Amino acid sequence: MPKRTDIKSILIIGAGPIIIGQACEFDYSGAQACKALREEGFRVILVNSNPATIMTDPEMADATYIEPVNWQTVERIIEKERPDALLPTMGGQTALNCALDLDRKGVLEKFGVEMIGAKKEAINKAEDRDLFRIAMNKIGLAMPRSEIVHNMEEAKAAIDIIGFPAVVRPSFTLGGTGGGIAYNRDEYMEICERGVEASPTNEVQVDESILGWKEYETEVVRDKKDNCIIICTIENLDPVGVHTGDSITIAPAQTLTDKEYQMMRDASIKVLREIGVETGGSNVQFAVNPENGALIVIEMNPRVSRSSALASKATGFPIARVAAKLAIGYTLDELDNEITGGATPASFEPSIDYIVTKIPRFTFEKFPQADDRLTTQMKSVGEVMAMGRTFQESLQKAIRGMETGVTGFNEIVDESSGNILEQIEKELRVPRADRLWYVADAFRHGLSIDEVFDICFIDPWFLVQIHDLVEEENKLRNEGASSLSEKRLVELKRKGFSDQRLAELADLSESDVRKLRIDKNIRPVFKRVDSCAAEFESATAYMYSTYDVECEAAPTDKQKIMVLGGGPNRIGQGIEFDYCCVQAAFAMRDAGYETIMVNCNPETVSTDYDTSDRLYFEPLTLENVLDIIHVEKPYGVIVQYGGQTPLKLARDLESAGVPIIGTSPDSIDLAEDRERFQKLLEDIGLKQPPNRTARNVEQAVKGAEEIGYPLVVRPSYVLGGRAMEIVYNEDDLRNYMDNAVAVSNSSPVLLDRFLNNAIEVDVDAISDGQDVCIAGIMEHIEQAGVHSGDSACSLPPYSLSDEVQDKIATQVGAMARALNVVGLMNTQFAIQNDDIYVLEVNPRASRTIPFVSKATGISIAKVAVNCMVGNSLASQGLTNVPVPDYYSVKESVFPFIKFPGVDPLLGPEMKSTGEVMGVGKTFGEAFAKGQLAAGEEFPREGNAFISVKEIDKEKAVIVARELSLLGYELYATSGTCKVLKAAGIKCERVNKVREGQPHIVDMLKNDAIDLIVNTTEDKKAIADSFSIRRTALQHKVFYTTTIAGAMATMEALKQRDSVGVNSLQDLHKGVIA
Amino acid sequence: MTENALLALEDGSLFYGTSIGIDGESIGEVVFNTSITGYQEILTDPSYYKQIVTLTHPHIGNVGTNSEDEESSQVFVSGLIIRDLPLVVSNWRATENLSDYLIRHKIVAIAGIDTRQLTRHLRKHGAMKACVVAGENIDAEKSVKTAKSFAGLVGMDLAKEVSTSSAYNWADGTWDIEGGIKPSSSKKEWRVIAYDFGVKRNILRILADLGCEVKVVPAQTPANEILAEKPDGVFLSNGPGDPDPCDYAITAIKEIINSGIPIFGICLGHQLLSLALGAKTSKMKFGHHGANHPVQSLDGGQVSITSQNHGFAVDEKTLPDSLRATHRSLFDDSLQGVHHNKLPVFGFQGHPEASPGPHDLKPLFNHFIELMQEHKT
Repeated sequence: MPKRTDIKSILIIGAGPIIIGQACEFDYSGAQACKALREEGFRVILVNSNPATIMTDPEMADATYIEPVNWQTVERIIEKERPDALLPTMGGQTALNCALDLDRKGVLEKFGVEMIGAKKEAINKAEDRDLFRIAMNKIGLAMPRSEIVHNMEEAKAAIDIIGFPAVVRPSFTLGGTGGGIAYNRDEYMEICERGVEASPTNEVQVDESILGWKEYETEVVRDKKDNCIIICTIENLDPVGVHTGDSITIAPAQTLTDKEYQMMRDASIKVLREIGVETGGSNVQFAVNPENGALIVIEMNPRVSRSSALASKATGFPIARVAAKLAIGYTLDELDNEITGGATPASFEPSIDYIVTKIPRFTFEKFPQADDRLTTQMKSVGEVMAMGRTFQESLQKAIRGMETGVTGFNEIVDESSGNILEQIEKELRVPRADRLWYVADAFRHGLSIDEVFDICFIDPWFLVQIHDLVEEENKLRNEGASSLSEKRLVELKRKGFSDQRLAELADLSESDVRKLRIDKNIRPVFKRVDSCAAEFESATAYMYSTYDVECEAAPTDKQKIMVLGGGPNRIGQGIEFDYCCVQAAFAMRDAGYETIMVNCNPETVSTDYDTSDRLYFEPLTLENVLDIIHVEKPYGVIVQYGGQTPLKLARDLESAGVPIIGTSPDSIDLAEDRERFQKLLEDIGLKQPPNRTARNVEQAVKGAEEIGYPLVVRPSYVLGGRAMEIVYNEDDLRNYMDNAVAVSNSSPVLLDRFLNNAIEVDVDAISDGQDVCIAGIMEHIEQAGVHSGDSACSLPPYSLSDEVQDKIATQVGAMARALNVVGLMNTQFAIQNDDIYVLEVNPRASRTIPFVSKATGISIAKVAVNCMVGNSLASQGLTNVPVPDYYSVKESVFPFIKFPGVDPLLGPEMKSTGEVMGVGKTFGEAFAKGQLAAGEEFPREGNAFISVKEIDKEKAVIVARELSLLGYELYATSGTCKVLKAAGIKCERVNKVREGQPHIVDMLKNDAIDLIVNTTEDKKAIADSFSIRRTALQHKVFYTTTIAGAMATMEALKQRDSVGVNSLQDLHKGVIA
Repeated sequence: MTENALLALEDGSLFYGTSIGIDGESIGEVVFNTSITGYQEILTDPSYYKQIVTLTHPHIGNVGTNSEDEESSQVFVSGLIIRDLPLVVSNWRATENLSDYLIRHKIVAIAGIDTRQLTRHLRKHGAMKACVVAGENIDAEKSVKTAKSFAGLVGMDLAKEVSTSSAYNWADGTWDIEGGIKPSSSKKEWRVIAYDFGVKRNILRILADLGCEVKVVPAQTPANEILAEKPDGVFLSNGPGDPDPCDYAITAIKEIINSGIPIFGICLGHQLLSLALGAKTSKMKFGHHGANHPVQSLDGGQVSITSQNHGFAVDEKTLPDSLRATHRSLFDDSLQGVHHNKLPVFGFQGHPEASPGPHDLKPLFNHFIELMQEHKT
């Protein structure tokens, strides 16, 4: 059946900001869908509020709307664009929910838009726990015993039937938000309450626990002729109980006989047919009883997912791309399996001849108060994938790709404290992020494989291999470096040990081991991912390293540019850098180079095998990168686009003779090295906040006395403000030094005088080594002190004078020249009373590059990479980037709702996972849209609560007056209340929590407050007001924790009727609605 | 890793590895199979007689072996080549690990080979004569010579070598998770005689489930003996080797076709059926061996994922007017199924009985039942 000709234009809904449970896998699927549909001649209209995505690059769709993903906004887009069809399956749960809303509100019917890819009946059947259960019953598939509850009464009744432990899953939430495992009544009631609230339908399912069963997933694709294929099976190393997104997973499944596997395959297909997924990809999750093979269905997703992105990368079969083509009428046999260059059709099942391991990446260190137990609610922020010819190799490659400082199965148990075995058993029993390493420690401390299995239920097949690795480690440790004969080294490398880990075990340096290895000519070979286990020839250069015999790299002798990617997503380093890497690859391909990508994050567009000419799916470690360079011998390597990951390697790569293009590693270091940089600024006459560098506590205390409190303190060489804090006194500083030095190892701690109420400014610039071009000046909404990645910002600035902006531009130019920047440079300034202070300079791609590109219509990353290969700005025709005559606001999105117990207060340490963008004719309109896109809905009337710190009281009066004028009733705590009343503003006093009931939290719980302005500073006040912020979050009450944020909110509130929706293509032409 | 085993190919290529079977030497044609699961079914599939199999999935042996997953009473491969034998078996049904199983069945087997390299070699140069040897003092040169001494499969009638020596009745049904394998409880409505050219048990199990009282007979059983039993249908099994020299079978099949009794042929059985009706077969470059092969029905266009294991194929261009093509491989457009235009006679090249592999084409067995039903009324 060929493609449909009755539809001409298709609306794709994106997933919005990156949040836990929904990361850049939907940029990958959305970008694939855009490409797949456009090459078929369809007009593609895209809506996604996330400017950091590649899919929102204006070249990807015919009309790109960076607008809030909610039904009201999408309705306006539909009204304007009149698409024939809507494809809701590419943007995760967000897109599905939005599509269902559009249907429910009659929008689709009103404008005659057909939902393709998944019908609402199928979505409902898959997502509604009750309907799903009935469907599974009908086709004879078992499910865990379960009850549906809608309130606490029902919850009480349900637990008597189900018993403990019980698994609580809210309906229609993403990544299992609000769910959990309850071992006792207290926990149970707490989770149910949370779950009912988290579910948009106030519905949770209470399941019988099948903890300890083995968990599997199948990725299934179906076309409208009912052809069904299984793309991949995935086996979870972590048994049932840990969300699959938080589990270590292996592909293909390893511990099923063919008979059991075929049973699962049959069941998967039955599920798709019964749910009625007509076309596209779905995933089905199963649990298998290890005692008797009994199979039960856990759930299914009628859309592409993180698992399907993983399966696509694991097999070389592009599920999203194929699903998009199936949605427009093709059948599988009509589509090519493109990785074989069309030698075979898409209607087959990939066979893979390697082992894939995925390990999730967590960021609990950012949220110390968070419950870090892994349960059915997803908590990881990213993941890493690795391939090897054996499980051991694949696992150890994945481990070192994580960049958490581990080089293999490093010892983790704290040997100094208490009973070691007790500690290990506890960590094995209750899974946390590090359980894998405790398994190794368990073996080190004498536990047997059976004993470990009895505690954690990880399949012995996996345990034995970890046990074997530990034995190998012990042996090497005992026998020492002299035992590393050629044969022994090959044997260890085949088991996946990194040079670094071998060095640790043999008491050598990493370079010693590398030298030993190279001298004996022990190098990895590169094998291709071809989806067919070599049965057909593949022209696609999608490769992984392994220690085996034949190398299939077959490098060309073309001039090559190699881009080092950003590794796993984490807070502070995510999709923005993938955007930059992809832009670099596109630009260099256009410039006639052969492009090579190196990355290990399966969610990304950069690891799509056709983003660059050659893809190496490898950990971004010195060892792996050098091994690739040895084979490819690139003309230039780009390290400044992938965030901190490749930057960390820059120096070592350079000294290994690798040609790094763009700004030199020495210049990067110069900008990072506080003392060197300070000297440079002095030379060119620029100001910095008074600052000191300290290598120990005493230096810090002395320095602090010299420059005065409060201080911003942070370790050098970190990203995302890791361990950055504002300290107000010596005690806090001493406290900080004791902890922070451990964070940053040997690098010094930086102390800056904190500038109160200063405006922070971010500037992105491009330099070709001669000329410097300002790409964008962004004024932060929140004052200095809030991490730049967490604060909202506006392009162009909304309050800075032209004079200050000109001065800033001049200073950026001077620094770029002084640093010999070739490529991108990001500068952060603080402006206090028209004085300009340089906070920091990073001569590399910044988090704001995609935002600036979308706001201005110039692909900054592409221009800069061209500079790196010697094309001047003038030759590219870019001497200045015109400042748009509309406002673009970037707003950050936070994961606080996922972490009960965590204070949602903003500070110098970055905590946001993603961002959105709002565009408007005025700053207020743009800011309002940004808030809406971030999921914040401004209350239009009602009660506002104000409680601010001393320094903010003056501005609080302005805010209060505005609120009062807008018709809000005001409530304030005593101090603030006094100030407001003194200013003649009507206001009612309300108790702080410690002042006794009824207090502000009571009001929040009674839904008597609609808007909160709450700013605090010292530790005590922060602790006092914690419950206000947390309750506001839980009750979805709009709140702001900075006075600047409150001021901006007033601007937005004045924009009552912002209705314009604008495509980037129009905006960049200067057309704005 | 001790390199105490060698795979030598007729073109002089050598692959050293570690023995995981018995010490000794064995020859055959080396082929690759891309199925991720089902190594025990593959090892015991009589169609692999005189073949050395390399499996492309790197870990083989994870789930051990058990008595239910045997497709015949013995291991038929001449040798097994894998990348890695895991350290432990993990499956609730396992009763013996793969290495012990191979040794018990006296098979030469090698692990530690770059099986992807070997597969690519075979893809490029075609299936090859080979020698596997394990033990002390391996002489590579001699092994290459031994490899060359293998006569090859072209012109080799192997069906009669693997066939049962005497007829027997089959009762077991297919495996299920609760009961395992036990006699089929279906009501027996059809009397089917199955020619054993190297039959896989799962074919017989499915027939039994579908109500067939199955009698398995030796490959060289003449047609008159079959017809004398007045069966409702005759089944032609899969099997090893070249179909062309099996003149006894071709003769018998011709006679049975003429009797008008429904006939269903799988794999070698399909080839013999086609030959009996006048088509021609030929040797393929490296054949089809795997569980992921898309086959399209020429009637409805439906695509099925099938299990495949054949090195010879019926040439579609040579089909007589009496036969029409019903299925084609979407991998290489080769012929996958035929149906007689007038008579209740059909054949399929792949393995609808799966084991290992997907169950997508199990309905072909139902078609056989339908034909018997029609024939009876």
